[in-house]
Amino acid sequence: MNSSTPSLAAGVSHEKWIPLLELATREVFDLMLSCQLSAAGAEPEQPRNITSMVGLAGQLCGVLTLRCDSKSATLMTSKMLGVAPDEVGGQLSDAIGEICNMVAGNFKNKIAGLGDGCMLSPPTVITGTDYSMHSLTDAPALEVKLLFEGTPILICLEIHG
Amino acid sequence: MDNVRALIVDDSSVMRKIVERSLRQAGINLTEVFEAGNGAEALGLLAEKRVDLILCDINMPVMDGLEFIKQLSGVANAKGTPVVMITTEGSESHVVQALSCGARGYIRKPFTADQVKEHVIPVLAGKS
Repeated sequence: MNSSTPSLAAGVSHEKWIPLLELATREVFDLMLSCQLSAAGAEPEQPRNITSMVGLAGQLCGVLTLRCDSKSATLMTSKMLGVAPDEVGGQLSDAIGEICNMVAGNFKNKIAGLGDGCMLSPPTVITGTDYSMHSLTDAPALEVKLLFEGTPILICLEIHG
Repeated sequence: MDNVRALIVDDSSVMRKIVERSLRQAGINLTEVFEAGNGAEALGLLAEKRVDLILCDINMPVMDGLEFIKQLSGVANAKGTPVVMITTEGSESHVVQALSCGARGYIRKPFTADQVKEHVIPVLAGKS
């Protein structure tokens, strides 16, 4: 085991994983969408009506979500497929689900012991804002807010155990 | 690399398109591209079609990529056809497991066209 790699040891503060979550997200956008994400500032909140979710089970249990507005989701799909935004059609959910899946996979591969010990669920994509999520844990979620083409996107890892 | 017939196996149609685009960007001249959404579909397709290259995800419904390559040895049309895995599962043990099942290469998602080129060209040239 690489001693410089963050581990899954008991007592390790999950807060230390936030830079890895950010790095995992930036790499996916860089490699798959040829797009550099930038740091978010105090941009006005946008209604994030696209939510992609991937479950984690095993040595780390939780849910990773990626939330953005539909305009950003369309642009992400367009960049990923190399087509114009008006040609995205019904592929948006598939693309946003895959982005979330790759962020989750890339993140877990950066934590020693998680690559083998943590399984990912197929992604689920929710459209709309009129829903509530109820967590089974009191632990605060790890959140990374970045700007995609000037619009905030939120990546959130809720850890259940 | 000319006149390559490829089979791309992934449950995401978006990812299948990206893999195809990456193969073309890698300089591989694809004459035919077949797609399957899981291992079982891919086996059904290979019962009728011959391909030169298979690119396959691991995590898929119905039949995953590892089970697919295990069953591939029983398909006459696929004898000797190289399989390269393209997956989010990036741990060493997944790589070892895939290679021991018969995969000839392993690409982790997210990936670039250069990585596809680096892993696929030697396999097609019979050097891996």
